Amino acid sequence: MGKKKEKYHNKYEYWFAGISCIPGRKKISLRSLFSCAEEIYQKSENGVHSAACLTEKERESLDRSRNISETELEGTWKYCVEHGIHLVLWEDLEYPKRLRKIYNPPYGLYYLGKLPEETEPAIAVVGARSCSVYGRKTAESIGFSLAEQGIAVISGMAAGIDGASHQGALQAQGTTYGVLGCGVDFCYPARHRELYETLVQQGGIISEYPPKTQPLPAFFPQRNRLISGLSDGVIVVEAKERSGSLITADFALEQGREVYAVPGRVGDLLSQGTNRLIQQGAGIFLSSEDFQKEMNFFADSVEPSVKKPKLSLEKSERLVYSCLDFTPKSLDEIMEETAFSFLEVVENLESLREKGCILEMYKNRYIRQ
Amino acid sequence: MKLQIRFPFPNESNRDIITTSFFEGRVCPIFQPAQREVSLYSIVSTAIVCGIQSILIQVEADVCDGMPVFEMVGVLSSEVKEAKERIRAAIRNSQIQLPPKKVTVSLYPADIRKRGTGFDLPIALAVLAAYGRISQEYLEGILFAGEISLSGEIRPTEGILPMVLAAKEAGKRIVCVPRGNKKEAQIVKGITILPADNLNQVLKIIETFHQNPQLFQNRKKLEKEIGIVQEPGCDFGEIHGQKVLKRACEVAAAGRHHMLMLGPPGVGKTLAAKATATILPPLGEEEALELAKIYSVKGMFSQREENFWIRPFRSPHHTVTIPGLAGGGRVPRPGELSLAHNGVLFLDELTKFRKEVLEVLRQPLEEKMIRLVRNSGTYVYPADVMLIGAMNPCNCGYYPDRNRCNCTEAMIQRHLHKISRPLLDRMDLTVEVKRLSLTEMIRKEGEESSEHIRKRVQEAQKIQERRFLGMGIHYNSQIPAAQMQRFCLMEDKAQQLLQDSFERLEMSVRGYYRTLRVARTIADLEGANLIKRTHILESLLYRSIDKKVWE
Repeated sequence: MGKKKEKYHNKYEYWFAGISCIPGRKKISLRSLFSCAEEIYQKSENGVHSAACLTEKERESLDRSRNISETELEGTWKYCVEHGIHLVLWEDLEYPKRLRKIYNPPYGLYYLGKLPEETEPAIAVVGARSCSVYGRKTAESIGFSLAEQGIAVISGMAAGIDGASHQGALQAQGTTYGVLGCGVDFCYPARHRELYETLVQQGGIISEYPPKTQPLPAFFPQRNRLISGLSDGVIVVEAKERSGSLITADFALEQGREVYAVPGRVGDLLSQGTNRLIQQGAGIFLSSEDFQKEMNFFADSVEPSVKKPKLSLEKSERLVYSCLDFTPKSLDEIMEETAFSFLEVVENLESLREKGCILEMYKNRYIRQ
Repeated sequence: MKLQIRFPFPNESNRDIITTSFFEGRVCPIFQPAQREVSLYSIVSTAIVCGIQSILIQVEADVCDGMPVFEMVGVLSSEVKEAKERIRAAIRNSQIQLPPKKVTVSLYPADIRKRGTGFDLPIALAVLAAYGRISQEYLEGILFAGEISLSGEIRPTEGILPMVLAAKEAGKRIVCVPRGNKKEAQIVKGITILPADNLNQVLKIIETFHQNPQLFQNRKKLEKEIGIVQEPGCDFGEIHGQKVLKRACEVAAAGRHHMLMLGPPGVGKTLAAKATATILPPLGEEEALELAKIYSVKGMFSQREENFWIRPFRSPHHTVTIPGLAGGGRVPRPGELSLAHNGVLFLDELTKFRKEVLEVLRQPLEEKMIRLVRNSGTYVYPADVMLIGAMNPCNCGYYPDRNRCNCTEAMIQRHLHKISRPLLDRMDLTVEVKRLSLTEMIRKEGEESSEHIRKRVQEAQKIQERRFLGMGIHYNSQIPAAQMQRFCLMEDKAQQLLQDSFERLEMSVRGYYRTLRVARTIADLEGANLIKRTHILESLLYRSIDKKVWE
């Protein structure tokens, strides 16, 4: 333990890290008995079996993978090197220190781009995949303000809140890391291709699963322990009563991380999970500054530097503006509330949009900017 | 040689006639006493339907001595061949007895395949005339059509209207039809209709007509017989709230734009579509006649009878097949698309339709007609419809209300992708329908009735008529891209807004033109010559759903 790794590990290390069915802890102890992974690959069966306390099943899986030919190992290794897929092992200096302390650390981590630095504060922002516009906007602004303060944003690159928090961090030119439940060479979900590629440039894509692993439902809860493990605290933005984000929160508590939840309205399905967390004692996320103060990141953080210039709105515009909030409203609803005619509403919305006060989230559905 | 022997009529016992009916004759003709070698010949006019056109057919009959057989020639389909059995029984059951002779019936032109059941009556009359039971003189200038039952009763048949029109074109002034087809035949002006219930009555009527034609002259006016009956329960006045939807319907109707409605189930999409049919101006005479022809061919004339001047509203169920929608069959008959001609074709649950069925719509929507090519020829049915589609934005219908919609992004994508881009591109207006709040639903505020809206629509259509005079197009939705500059003049502010929106909303060129066409209609509704900024603003509301959702 403790040596600085070369650019890429050799093919045997990639092979050993990629063996499934053996838990990280056992791999660590097994590997510590040998000087290199090649030895494990070459050694006679008895030599290996006697060395570690493997169960029958694990032993079988080890033997099976030892039967893989050298050329095949070579092929896999070449694939990784060609695609820039790095591997960091338990023995390496670069192995994230935060992960060393968790209950079930992975033996190796594959990554594209880079890994979170030790000195760099990191916060995980997670939440529902099918989120509301309010949740999306909140996640984006949290990601943005964290990144602005130099805090890395860690999330799962999933649709909804996860994606939005990455996007927010990227907009602030910050670093952000995506932890996947499949091989790092997979972009899942596929429509996050653009995000995936920017993440490689401006942060990293991390996974404990070897390349070419397909995303399976069983991998995602496991992936969540890495999201919380890699960060100093977790913010849950929106979650239903039963949600994967709550698993992340559970892991975070287990690992001794701070858990914060964004409060929601009582009736909202998508806030039931977060409100429940608050009830159970999670921190309440009110604003980024407040959160950072509480987390003692930057105790003397400056007041938000840029204040929006006050816009002069006409009376009718102000009326329309006042009936908008963070849930998208349709024209019919606005007409109902303001008692304006159809055309008046359209005119006012257009001028408000031009002034940048409102945003059209879906077609003909508006929210406050 | 044409021989005419006049018998007193109605038929009374005649000593010349052998009492044993020809059809039942068991006496072998060889042993019969030799008779005069006379050939009796007659000719009767009828017509067949081909598409929505009709072709005149002559039925000739010849009766001569010989083996008592009944021969029919002239490329007949099986239902026409069966006519001889029906006629045989019908004549006997009408108490007309005919001696056993050789009867030959020929239908010409011989190169057209004769289909349909309308031949029974003309064949029966030709045979009777050839036997001399009715004067050939009486039959001249009259077109006959109708199906005969074994009892001699005359039953309605399909396609009477095109036949009557063809008769008029061919210079015939009198048409004898089953009583059940009377109203249908009466639509055609300048034609005397002789409706009949049974064979004996036909014989009587044509004789009476021959003697006193003026008895049949003063017919009731068409307008009185065929009134406007509004289908209840689909007036815009009955739809509460939904201002945006109503306005979109009005714009769509005024410019004859195709429209797509998006919204959760049970918010009144179907009602709005039905109501849209009521704000279209009534049919013109030509249009009404063309439509009636289609219904007549399909044997559905009774559906038009009551609301002859009203535009049709058709809403086929989503399990409809390609022939059901577009028309088809071995001998193609019009489908829903043609039945909605000059009216509204409403496709509810658009995503549930089979993809290939929807794709069939593409060409007819462009060409305003459907051309069905079969071995037997090409059949053209008009299909100038205003298409209204309705669908849910996602499987559960609540998207984008994320508190209620549980669908994943991928599911929504899959749902929306069931409709192809080309079809969507033909929808000029896309409007979202929201669930009504209870306060809106029970509000007793007077809503505008269909009649009010129809007046505005009519005004807007008059403007369009003047604009496109002699251009071959009638509505704003048909403005070709090349003529956009000419017809869609905008003020500077409008131009600026449209350009900005084009960039901001990442519109396609098609989308740009769509917006402009709809803006033109909105301006017409206001009577404005120049398209103003507000018109563009409103038109933008009806643009297709955001790109990011669709792609």
